[in-house]
Amino acid sequence: MKEYVIIGNGVAAAACIEGIRRIDSENPITVVSAEKHAVYCRPLISYYLQGKTDPVRMHYRDDDFYARMGCRVLYGRTAVQIHRDRHEVELDDHRFLPFTSLCIATGSSPFVPSFEGLDQVSSQYSFMTLDDAFALEKALLPSARVLIIGAGLIGLKCAEGILHRVGHVTVCDLADRVLSSILDQDCAALVQRHLEESGMEFLLQDSAVSFESNLAHMKSGRTVPFDVLVLAVGVRANTSLMKEAGGGTNRGILVDTRMQTSLADIYAAGDCTEGYDLSSGQKRVLAILPNAVMQGLTAGVNMAGGHMEFDSGIPMNSIGFFGMHIMSAGIYEGEMYEEKTDTSLKRLFIQNDRLKGFILVGREERAGIYTSLIRDRVPLSSLDFENMKKVASTTAFSLEMRRKIFGGVV
Amino acid sequence: MKRVYVNEEWCLGCHLCEYNCAFANSGLSDMVLALKGKPIFPRIHIESGDKITYAVSCRHCEDPICVKSCIAGALSREDGVIRINRDKCVGCFTCILVCPYGALSPDENNVMQKCELCLQNAVGEPACVKGCPNHAIVYEEREAYT
Repeated sequence: MKEYVIIGNGVAAAACIEGIRRIDSENPITVVSAEKHAVYCRPLISYYLQGKTDPVRMHYRDDDFYARMGCRVLYGRTAVQIHRDRHEVELDDHRFLPFTSLCIATGSSPFVPSFEGLDQVSSQYSFMTLDDAFALEKALLPSARVLIIGAGLIGLKCAEGILHRVGHVTVCDLADRVLSSILDQDCAALVQRHLEESGMEFLLQDSAVSFESNLAHMKSGRTVPFDVLVLAVGVRANTSLMKEAGGGTNRGILVDTRMQTSLADIYAAGDCTEGYDLSSGQKRVLAILPNAVMQGLTAGVNMAGGHMEFDSGIPMNSIGFFGMHIMSAGIYEGEMYEEKTDTSLKRLFIQNDRLKGFILVGREERAGIYTSLIRDRVPLSSLDFENMKKVASTTAFSLEMRRKIFGGVV
Repeated sequence: MKRVYVNEEWCLGCHLCEYNCAFANSGLSDMVLALKGKPIFPRIHIESGDKITYAVSCRHCEDPICVKSCIAGALSREDGVIRINRDKCVGCFTCILVCPYGALSPDENNVMQKCELCLQNAVGEPACVKGCPNHAIVYEEREAYT
């Protein structure tokens, strides 16, 4: 008999379960879930505060998912140690779970710098989990002044989600622009203007250095009074279990294209890993949901004795704020093609006859066609790129290529 | 499984498939009431290039990247058909970001919609195929295509 254990209960874990069951419909799976919730869509917590979804609709899978998959879920439990020699996971209640094959899908945690006086701030929140959102929700009063530290994806989605429910939202970031991980200067400026017009205030190249009760002292010398503090500085992959077990880690748990870690019978998937980024050709943490799902599925299939590889991960994001949509993918290197209006910006980055990356702000187009050019490393000389760069369309492909992708008879 | 295919050399670019699609999914029984004077949001669209036109709708991929990428768990594969639970969709457009065919588009409220082969509406079979005047759009099994 085989025993599967998955540490974590996010989408990577759900996909891992489905991967295992593609191959093995019988042997038991145990899931260790720190959160007391069935798998839910974490990126939706801001939509919940915004009133665009609710905890029921946020379920990632249907209600009988675990039962159907033959899974036991240990809610409210965490793994404290992996005993690799004995093939056992030790839980916080001192139970030991034996495993034949283990998947670490522990995700990431908010990174909180050591601000002086932070412990005196009574109303402070992270914004990662559903419980974080529930806690923050209780502090959302119409008069509340909210200070969000961090103008990245998490901080800004939080800001959008709560803006209509509070008095004022100020977002600060040490970076010189919003969404610095996915946008360049010009695109960020366009997005920032849109957010300011929607009612947010920004303090960029500035951040809190210390707190005095409900007052933030900023690096610039100014002070910002607030009622609610949201810490969205960044996240760190949860690698400690692996590190303590003697496995290979860098910024995330090191995995190969089969999601195998450096330790036998131990796999890892999702935001806790450092995998391969096809667009840059380097190893990096790609903490995005599609990646977590594909890694989880891959890990599951391999854990159960099947064979699957995932080597086509690229950074990509689609995110919207108050009706403005932003899509990005790949890396921003090489020659740039640009189209620009007052409210939109399209930038494609081309290098060595390949599309390497793009940013689309306020442009609703069939961006997936561009994404596939990056992922499949399609030689641009094989298609009509003069037209393709203007409009993402499969008409720019050759007839043979079109027939191939649409299933026509050549 | 049966899928919708287009013979591009027979497509006239008349856009009737878009209207038939919008009507089939309107839930109304009168085409005039459903479409007249309104912008339409069909789940199939005509691609026009240099001297070519053809219709594109969901390919119902065996290994659908949209399903794996959906941050809301709104997309799923059931009996080979890629389905969308529009109630769960939050309109993040990640599916648009990943679909290599450009086959998904939002409705007037920025909720995503997609071809479900008319299996869920009153038509029961693809309305685009049924109404194509030149039989350019067909609904059939093709072995070589997965």
